[in-house]
Amino acid sequence: MNRINKLFKEKKDKILSIYFTAGYPNLNDTTEIIKILDECGVDLIEVGMPFSDPIADGPVIQHSSNVAIDNGMNLNLLFNQLDEIRKITDIPIVLMGYVNPVYQFGYEKFIKNILKCDLDGLILPDLPLDDYINEFKPIFDRENLSFIPLITPNTSEERIRQIDSNSNGFIYMVSSSSITGKKNSFDDKQIDYFQKISSLSLKNPTIIGFGISDKESFEQACKYSKGAIIGSKFIKEISNVNLNESIKNFILSVRS
Amino acid sequence: MKYNVNSNGFYGDFGGAYIPEMLFSNIDELRKNYLSIVEKDSFTREFNFYLKKYVGRPTPLYYAKRLSEKYGSKIYLKREDLCHTGAHKINNTIGQILLARELKKTKIIAETGAGQHGVATATVCALMGMECVIYMGEVDIERQRPNVERMRILGAEVRPATSGSRTLKDATNEAMRHWINNPDDTHYIIGSVVGPHPYPDMVARFQSVISEELLGQLKKVEGRDYPDFVIACVGGGSNAAGIFYHYLENPKVKLVGVEAAGLGVSTDKSAATTKLGKKGVLHGSKTLLMQDENGQVTEPYSISAGLDYPGIGPLHAHLFDSKRGVYVSVEDDEAMNAGIELSRLEGIIPAIETAHAFSIFDKIDMKRKVIVINLSGRGDKDLETYIKWGKY
Repeated sequence: MNRINKLFKEKKDKILSIYFTAGYPNLNDTTEIIKILDECGVDLIEVGMPFSDPIADGPVIQHSSNVAIDNGMNLNLLFNQLDEIRKITDIPIVLMGYVNPVYQFGYEKFIKNILKCDLDGLILPDLPLDDYINEFKPIFDRENLSFIPLITPNTSEERIRQIDSNSNGFIYMVSSSSITGKKNSFDDKQIDYFQKISSLSLKNPTIIGFGISDKESFEQACKYSKGAIIGSKFIKEISNVNLNESIKNFILSVRS
Repeated sequence: MKYNVNSNGFYGDFGGAYIPEMLFSNIDELRKNYLSIVEKDSFTREFNFYLKKYVGRPTPLYYAKRLSEKYGSKIYLKREDLCHTGAHKINNTIGQILLARELKKTKIIAETGAGQHGVATATVCALMGMECVIYMGEVDIERQRPNVERMRILGAEVRPATSGSRTLKDATNEAMRHWINNPDDTHYIIGSVVGPHPYPDMVARFQSVISEELLGQLKKVEGRDYPDFVIACVGGGSNAAGIFYHYLENPKVKLVGVEAAGLGVSTDKSAATTKLGKKGVLHGSKTLLMQDENGQVTEPYSISAGLDYPGIGPLHAHLFDSKRGVYVSVEDDEAMNAGIELSRLEGIIPAIETAHAFSIFDKIDMKRKVIVINLSGRGDKDLETYIKWGKY
C-alpha cells in the first residue's frame, strides 16, 4: 500500500494538501518547505514542476512558475533535491505540472526518478487519459504509484467512471469551472455537484481543489469530500524572509 | 489520406488533444459535432453565402507578370489580401461563428498576433451580434495599433496579455484561461491550425476554400488544376494549410512553407520552428516547438507579429517530418525587401507575414515552373513597421 492509500485509509476527513512551486521563492527551498509542512501536520504535499505556459493556472502560480524557472529550477535539479527526502519525512508527496517538461525529460526516466526518490504519485492535468494508459499506467500499477486525475463540474458521469477506474489514490475535484487562484465560496450549483460526486460511490476518495484559501473554505470543502488542496493562497503567504514562520502561521490559521 | 488528420486527431505523430480536464467537455463537444455540422447542406449553403457576398470570394488568381519575368517562372498570386478585412483569416472566422451558433454559444473569444484574426473575429461577431473579447499581447498591441482600433470600432473588447513575451503565445494562454473560466456560453475561435484536435482540422477545412478555388482557376489558365510549387508563409500555418489542402495527397505539387527566421536562426531572435524546434506539447497539441532543454517554451521573435509563434500546427509538423513539405526560413530584412519588391513590381503592398513567402526565389530553384504564392494579407496594418524599417 502506498502512502496515499494509507493516508486515506487511516484518516477519514479533513485531509489538507498543500501545493507549492518547486524553486520558489528560492531555488533550494524545496526540501525545507516540505519539512516545515510535515512539521505543521499537513497530510499531503503537491510539488509543482514549473512550466512557462501554465494555461490552467491564475496569476499567482504563473508568477511563482516564472520565478522558479528564472531561479534555474528544472527536473534534474528537482529530483536531486528530492533524492534524500525520505530521510526527513514520510509524508505522501506527489509531483504536479504540465506535460511538456516531463515529455522532454523522458517519460521513462521521469518514472525512474519518481521511484528513486520514493515519491508517491503524479498529477499531470494536460496528459490525455489514453496517453496515461499507454505510457504510464502499466508501470504505475506495477510500482503502486498514484495517478491523480482531475474532474470538474462539466465532467460527465460516464467519463468520471472511466477516470475513476483508471486511476488510484484520490481524485482531484476542481471546485468550479476555473483556473487556479480564484477565491469563491461555494454556491448551490457547486454543492449539488459535490453531492452528486459523493453519490457515485467512486473507488477513489475525492478532495476539492481550486478556490480553497482559508479555514472557512477548507472546512466547507471538507463537508463534501475527504479534504482540500490549497495552492495559490499558500504561495502568496510564503515569505521569502521567514519561510518557517510564514508557513507555520498560515497552516495554523487553516487548521486551528 | 496519408497527410491529413486521422480519426484520433493526429497527423502522424503530431496533434491530439493535450488539454486539462477543465477544457475537456468543450473540446469533446466540438470533436463530436464539428463534422456533422460543417457537412450539413444548410451549413455549407450559409458558409458559402457569406464567403461570396460578404468576404468577396472567390478571390482572384492573378498572374504576376513582372515578378514572373524577373525570376523566370510563371508566378500566380492567390489574392487573399482582397478578402474583406484584408486577409484569409475571415474564411475561418465565418465558419467558426456559424459553428458556434449551431452549438448555441453566445459569446466569442479569440487570440490574435498581428491583429488580422482579431479583426476578422470582431467583424463576424458584429455581423452575428455576438459579444467578443480578443486577447492580444501587449507588445503586439503596440506594433499593430490600427488593428487594435479596428477591433474596438467593431465593438470588441481588446484585452492585453501581459505575461511572458507578451505576444501571440501569451495571448493564446490568456484566451484558454478565459475559456476555462467560461466554458458554458463561450466559443473560442482559434485563428490558426493549432490547438487541440479538432481545431487544426476544423480551421484547415474552413481555409481549404483557398485551394478548392485554386483547382478550377489554374485549370482555366494552365490547363491543369495543379501548380509545380505552392508557397505560403507559416506562423501557426492557417493560410498555408488552406492553400496546401487539396494538394496534400498530390505528389506532383511541391509544398513550401516559409517561416520567420527573425534576425537569423543562429541568433536567439527567431521564430523558425522547423529549424529550432523539437517535438513538444503546447496549447493542446503535440507539435514542433521552440523550447529549451528543460521543456520551457522559448520566446520567439519576428518583425511580423503574425509569425511570432514558438510552434507550428501539427499538420505542418507532419509535412515537415515526413518530408512532404519543404520549410525554409527567411530573415526580417529579406522579408522586408521582398515586400518592397512586390510593391514596386506588382503594385501590391503585402502584409509583412506574407512578404516572407516572396523572399524564397534565391532559396529554391523554381525556374520555368508554375508557382502559386498565397498572398495571404495586405500590408495596410504594417505601414508603421515598414516606415520604421525605412529602407525603401
